[in-house]
Order: sequence, then structure tokens, then C-alpha cells
Amino acid sequence: MSQIFTASADTRLRTVLLAIFFALIAGGLFAGGYMDSSYATLVGWVQNQPVPFSHEHHVGGLGIDCRYCHTTVETSKHAGLPATHICMTCHSQLWTGAPMLAPVRESLASGKPIAWQRVARLPDYVYFDHAIHIARGVPCVSCHGRVDKMPLMARAVALQMQFCLGCHRNPAAALHPPDQVTRMDWSDWNKHPETHKLYGQLMVKTYGIEPAKLDDCNICHR
Amino acid sequence: MKDAASTTVVRSETVSEEITRIPLGFPNPRAWWLLFAFALLLLATFIISVAVLFFYGVGVWGNNIPVNWGLAIANYIWFLGIGHAGTLISAMLLLVRAHWRSSLNRFAEAMTLFAVICAGLYPILHLGRPWYFYWMAPYPNTMDIWPQFKSPLAWDFVAVLTYLTVSALFWYIGIVPDLAAVRDRASKRWQQVFYGLFALGWRGSAHHWARWRQSYRLTAAIAVPLVVSVHSEVSLLFAAGPIPGWASTVFPPYFVLGAAFSGFAVVAMIAVVLRHALGLEDLVSERHLDLLGKFLLATGLMTAYGYFAEAFDVLYSGEKQEMDTLFDRFSGAYAWSYWGAIVGNFVPLQLLWWRRVRVQPILLFLIALAVAVGMWLERYMLLVTSLYRDWLVSSWGIYHASFWEWSLFAGMLGVFLVPFLLFVRFLPVISSFEVVETLFEEDRHA
Repeated sequence: MSQIFTASADTRLRTVLLAIFFALIAGGLFAGGYMDSSYATLVGWVQNQPVPFSHEHHVGGLGIDCRYCHTTVETSKHAGLPATHICMTCHSQLWTGAPMLAPVRESLASGKPIAWQRVARLPDYVYFDHAIHIARGVPCVSCHGRVDKMPLMARAVALQMQFCLGCHRNPAAALHPPDQVTRMDWSDWNKHPETHKLYGQLMVKTYGIEPAKLDDCNICHR
Repeated sequence: MKDAASTTVVRSETVSEEITRIPLGFPNPRAWWLLFAFALLLLATFIISVAVLFFYGVGVWGNNIPVNWGLAIANYIWFLGIGHAGTLISAMLLLVRAHWRSSLNRFAEAMTLFAVICAGLYPILHLGRPWYFYWMAPYPNTMDIWPQFKSPLAWDFVAVLTYLTVSALFWYIGIVPDLAAVRDRASKRWQQVFYGLFALGWRGSAHHWARWRQSYRLTAAIAVPLVVSVHSEVSLLFAAGPIPGWASTVFPPYFVLGAAFSGFAVVAMIAVVLRHALGLEDLVSERHLDLLGKFLLATGLMTAYGYFAEAFDVLYSGEKQEMDTLFDRFSGAYAWSYWGAIVGNFVPLQLLWWRRVRVQPILLFLIALAVAVGMWLERYMLLVTSLYRDWLVSSWGIYHASFWEWSLFAGMLGVFLVPFLLFVRFLPVISSFEVVETLFEEDRHA
């Protein structure tokens, strides 16, 4: 009977097996890299908006408070995207003819809201409540980044579970004075950690926060 | 003496011939195609049921609070239990050198492999978000958490995956020398290449055999304790729930033995069908049917002890809720499943006390079928009767499996049958070299 395989068949089989092995490892590494890539987390990716609203100009330049537009952030689960009327408090007087603002005027005339695209979006199985975070003094900037430096809005941090747990497992470090919650620049606070070290611990006690329970599943998955 | 040796050589040639001719030129293609078409139909049912399940979510099933473990978990346990018999026949009997196993082990192992695949699919399918099933694995993740090791779901994942890996390895190591035998007899090119590739260059040298024996016995030694640990795990996923009727200390051995019982039943059914369909009556002989019958009877009686011990536990504890659940099993809404299990498992079984019944293929098949059904009813009964009435009357509720649960069950039989039929068609269903070895040993002792 003649040989079924050539002399090199064994080597080729081994090479294929080795290649499969390395492909699996490479696949795992790729998946890991992908999960943290900005492509998957959308960090830094600008969303197309109907109107190219600049937070840099309105927050950084003009100093408008976050709550002026995101009206329900202190009282509700959702921070709220601004109604057209809020834009029009100024823009009925300013830049009334600007072509860039045409969709806003159109929206006011027709009564159809502007379809703002959400930038910071959590999965549907995550229960997140803005109000409690604001009330306890977790600054906007902690999750949304320096919006005062964003000409166009982009996601600032990867909204992965490990990001949430980072604070939930160590709440003291995340707490700041609630009356300054919309402050963007905390560099002076962070510059002297000794001065403010006790603040968080004191507040955890004052608010009755139980850090051991803060990473229970049902805190966020209800 | 010399004569005996030469007849053994002749005999071993014919045995190898008899087994290897099956994959090379299948003896009964028409019957196989008929069965395979039926199996494909079931597989299509599976695909449709899963598509519906994934599209609409687990709401298409009948399970809900309070019975949140329905057919999915009952079938999971049933399939996994069936799988254990293959390992027991193969690995345990290998280690205790019971040579008669060599006529049964190969297809019993294949049965294990495919039954474990069916079992493993169920916990994945019953998830709310099945596409995240890999969350049960401990891997570096962006959630910064481990899987919940207190959850039976995480246990299932580890148990099934370990068991699947070991049974696949054990089956494959065992089949390599036979693949080489088929390769050497193959005349068509594709057959030579197919069997040649999977025979991994087996030449049958003394080195090969020594290493083969080492790895085979080692894998067997890993597989046997796995049967006990995996099915004990399954029983403990009941014990993890504070539900009346799930806390008896007899559960782990009761489940392991019940698993072996149902598995031996299915092995007996497959043995009866295969020997008839493939004309292997001389290899899977009356003696094997006899031994399978004895195994079935023995494990059946041990399972019966489990029933007894479970009831005794309840009566001895005198705990009210436990007693209520026990009596409800006798006469409540699901009494049919309790008495169905008792009758299916233990009544026809008593016929196996007679050798004449044990060696009668049709009777053995029917008794084994009754056991397979009975053991299925047992799992259903254990799940549903405990869950539908727990501590609070306000949370009582009846469970009926929905159409899509039944169709998935039927489809899962297709998931089992399709690869099994392919195995029967294309691979050596009996370990020919081990049969030959057995014959040789017997001749030497004679």
C-alpha cells in the first residue's frame, strides 16, 4: 500500500495545531484590548448632534452652570437633556439669525423637540440615579470629564462596571461638598489631599453610607 | 497451546474486520438514513425553538415565580445523569480491569460526550441574556468582579466544562488506535486522509502502546471521581436553595446513583439497537445484555434506597413544611410525576431478577425505556413539587411547561441523535483492539 501522507505531513499538522493554539491566545489578547479600546468604550468619540453645541463655549467661556440646562439632575434619575425653550432663553435675543441655530428655531416653531444624541449612556440593566450622586457631592466632572474643555461633547470615561465600582468600593474619596458639585476644576482640592482627607470619611459617616453594602448587586441591578 | 494462539490471531483479525468494516462500508444505509432524517428533523426543531427563545426571551417558557426552574433544569440534570454511565462503564470498569466492558465502552463514551453537550446547552439557554454566558467564567474583565461562586450557575459552568473536556479527551484517546485500524483498511482516498489525520500517525509501536496505556488510564482515573463530584454538585444546587424537599442529606449519593441508573438504561437501549442494526450480536453478546441488566437492577435498587432515605429523612425530622411537601408529592397536583417515577423506575425493573428477561433484547429495551422516562419524571417531580408550594401560601403557583419548552426538549434529542448517528456511521463503534485483547486474555487463561 502506498503512503497516504507525504513526509512533511506531520510537520504541517503540528504547525496547524500550533497556529490554532496561538490564534486562541491572540484572540484572547485581542478581545481584551478591544474591550478597553476607545472603539468599544466610545471614549473621546464625538456624537453627531443636530446642533453643534459647544460645552467649551457655554460652560468654560460663559460660565453657565450645568443645572441651567440639565434641569432635573438634582431631583431625578435622569439629568435631562435641555428643552428648546431653555436654548431660547438666550437665543431668542442672541444670534437670532445664525444659520447654525436654524434647527433650534425650527424646533421652537414646530414644537418638535431637538433630537439630542446621548453621549453618556448606560446599559438598560443598570439602575443609575443622578439625584443621589449629586446630593452626596459626587461632582459632574467625575463621570463626564472636563466638559468645559470640550468643543463638541464626547464620552470622558469608559462607563464600565469597574469604573462604577472604583468609587462604590471606596466612596470616601469620591465625595466633595455638594454645593460645589458642578465645579469643573478640582485641582486645588486634589493638590492638598491631606487637607481634605478627613472630609470624605466624615461625610460617609454623616450620610450613613455603608461602604460594605455599596457594591451589592442590587444597588445597581434591580 | 500453539493452536489456541493461532485461533486467537485468526479470531482477532475477524473481530477487527467486523468492526472496521462498519465505517468503511456501512451495512444498513437505508435504516441509517431514515433515522438520520428523523434526527435532522428534531435538530431543526431545536434550531427553531432556540430562535424563538432568543428572539422573544425566556418568557416563551412556562416557568416563572415560584417555579423558576422548569423543564430546562430538569432536562439538564437528566442529560448529565445519562452521560455519567458512559464514564462509569468506560473508566471505572477499565480501572478495575473488567474486560467485558470492551464491547460497550466506545459507544457508551460517545453517548456521554453528546449527552453532556445537550446538558451543557440547557443552563446557557435558560439565561435571561444567554449571549453573556461567558460571564460565568472567571476571566479578567472590565466589571472588576468575580463570578458569584455561591451561585449554582457558576458551579454548573465549571462542572460541565470540566466533565466535557475530560470525557472528550478520554473518548478520543481511546479511539485513536481504532482510527488507525480503519485507516489501514480504507481504500478510498478521502477515508484514508480523514481517518489518517485523526489517527495522529499511530503506528502501533511498543512506544505508542506504552504511552497510550499511560494516558488512557490516567484520564480514566481523572474521569471516575468527576462522575461523583459533578453529580454531587448537581444535587447540591438544590440544597443551596432554602426550599422544602431539597435539604435531605442523602441527595449527593442519591443523585449520583440515579444518574448511573438512568445512564445504564440508555446504554442498554443503545446496545440493543446497535447490535441488532449493525449485526454485532457476537460482540455485544447475551452476556453483555445480562451484565447490563444486572447493573441496571443494582443501581435501580440503590436509587430506590435514595427514595426511601429521602422520605425517612422528612418523617424523622418531623418538620412541618417538609412533611407537607412529602405528602403533597404523594397526593398533590403533581402526584402523577411521583408515582410515574416510582412505577417507571422500579416496577418493570423487578423483571430483571430473571436472567431470561435480562438476555431478551426487546424486554431489556422496554425496561430501560421505562427507567429513562421514570428518571426524567423524578427530576421533574423533585424540581416542581418543591418549588410550587414553598413556605408562604401567597407565593404558591402551578407550573405547566409551555409548547416551546417541550419543543426544545424534542429538539435537544436531535442534538443528541445527530452526532451520535454520525458517530455510528463513520467511526468504529466498538473498541476492536480491546475486544481482541480480551479474547487473547481469555484464551490464555483457558
